[in-house]
Amino acid sequence: MVDLSVQIGDLSLKNPIMPASGTFSEDLATVFDLNMLGALVTKTITRGLRQGNPTPRVCEVSGSMLNSIGIPSKGVGHFITNMVPFYQAYNSPLVVSISGNTADEFARLCEEISVPGVAAIEVNISCPNIEEDGKAFAMRPASTLDVMRKLRAATDLPLWAKLTPNTGETSDVARAAEEGGADALVVSNTMLSMSIDVQSRKPRLGNLMGGLSGPSLKPISLRMAYQCAKAVDIPVIGCGGISTIDDVLEYLIAGASAVQVGTATFIHPTVMVQIIGELEAYLAQHNMASVRELIGSVRDEEAADTVVFMEAAP
Amino acid sequence: MTAAVLHVTPDSVPANERVFESECLVKSNIPVNNDYRLLILDAPAEILNCTPGQFFHIQCPVRGGHQPYLRRPMSIYGYFPEKGELQFLYKIAGEGTAALAELKTGESLNVVGPLGQGFHIAQDWQNLLLLARGVGLATLAPLALEAQRLGKKLTAICSARSPELLMSIDYFRDLGAEIITVTDSEGTSDLAHLQGVIEGLIAGPGIDAFYTCGSNRLLKLLQEMGAKHNIPGEIALEQQMACGLGMCQCCVRSFRAESGIVHKRVCKEGPVFDLQEAMGW
Repeated sequence: MVDLSVQIGDLSLKNPIMPASGTFSEDLATVFDLNMLGALVTKTITRGLRQGNPTPRVCEVSGSMLNSIGIPSKGVGHFITNMVPFYQAYNSPLVVSISGNTADEFARLCEEISVPGVAAIEVNISCPNIEEDGKAFAMRPASTLDVMRKLRAATDLPLWAKLTPNTGETSDVARAAEEGGADALVVSNTMLSMSIDVQSRKPRLGNLMGGLSGPSLKPISLRMAYQCAKAVDIPVIGCGGISTIDDVLEYLIAGASAVQVGTATFIHPTVMVQIIGELEAYLAQHNMASVRELIGSVRDEEAADTVVFMEAAP
Repeated sequence: MTAAVLHVTPDSVPANERVFESECLVKSNIPVNNDYRLLILDAPAEILNCTPGQFFHIQCPVRGGHQPYLRRPMSIYGYFPEKGELQFLYKIAGEGTAALAELKTGESLNVVGPLGQGFHIAQDWQNLLLLARGVGLATLAPLALEAQRLGKKLTAICSARSPELLMSIDYFRDLGAEIITVTDSEGTSDLAHLQGVIEGLIAGPGIDAFYTCGSNRLLKLLQEMGAKHNIPGEIALEQQMACGLGMCQCCVRSFRAESGIVHKRVCKEGPVFDLQEAMGW
């Protein structure tokens, strides 16, 4: 029997496979038993009500998709009253993704959502910060450090900082999140993108631009997960374009301690269950007792010393 | 290979709420006229516990120049548990349906479903009116079968550009429905004419409920007539989707509610909605 369990700070996960925020909800419980997952990561909530963006909110691009949902939210009260009790029926830890327009509002939500039944908080610092010209907190080290310090002061629960690929300072942002008190990094979110219908000449998303997810994003997110794992001592959770067991192995080898599967669930709702089975089979076939043997096993050797200089590489 | 569900569904979920990812086998996939094709699948029994108006999320194959990525939602044209058959009526409208049209008998197709909330037929409703145009009739076909099963009287007003594009007329007629056809080429599909036809039905045998889908024009007409004569109704709506399960919030539309305008997910709260709550587009 192989050991699939991994450790994310103080939190033990039965396996390293969990959904990515925004691609999972209680609705998936109608398809398979959610207890099979390493953790349950909710769609981002905000303190107050939000309607979200105009439609179309989704379009497909070659082998991937763009979305611009805009974080519709029923607010923190609804979540605590309705969703926390729903997830208490499951033994997989509940990780609540939260977001705010300002660092103070963000911190207040972080405090409010720190209730029994919540195992960790994923802080979506990839969202726009209205005090910084709408630039996401995690685009720059200084705004990352500032918001993480406020979030850290607001809760005793584990904090997972979800980074953005829309930055040229990946390693510095990762270190700022760690310094600010993150217990883990989720690397990373969707990449700002665009698609235009050449017949109508209209952007194919109602919000004009949106986030790229799916297989095309994987090399970028994998590179970032690798850079972050080199840059910090806290666990990295890989996220971006994972749809097969090989994708999972790639992230673990790059240094991720666990992974989040997102868009692939839209194509195959049962893909996470399938991947967990395949991961177990892979380890058994390769005579590995624990999945932890894979983590960070990339053979980058002396070339790894140059990783810090690759930030702006062509 | 045989048609099969690909996973274990939790016992805790009621049978009518379970969603399955399944491999089905193509029994046939042929044109029914110049615009539309009929796909018949050999499907596992579990997934055929459907309600009229529900849909499946279909993984269109990657073929040659066609590389659809997301699934395509497709309303159920027919589900027949006794034959193990699932049917879809579709028009080639883009990359996904173009790829679907290339599927050959014996090939496999991955489908997720059944999904969403279907049509309702109240016990005391006896005279049902179905009004649809073009491929919209595909969505309403299972409702006609259900109406026959429940012993309800069904009138179907079928609208199309021209008589040769009218579909499913024989199907509805075989189910005992009274058929009224209207077409653009014959000049009978305009709203004034339709309104006269429906007023005649209301004054004659009476109508207990309206069912429609797909057309903004027909929605507005039925909303006005429903409000005027106090006749309830339902409409099946569409929207671009990603997950089809309710998770991603991509497929919302606006609806009238007591609290004001609200967003609802077409995949989860729909695709069938109350006629008066629906908003034109």
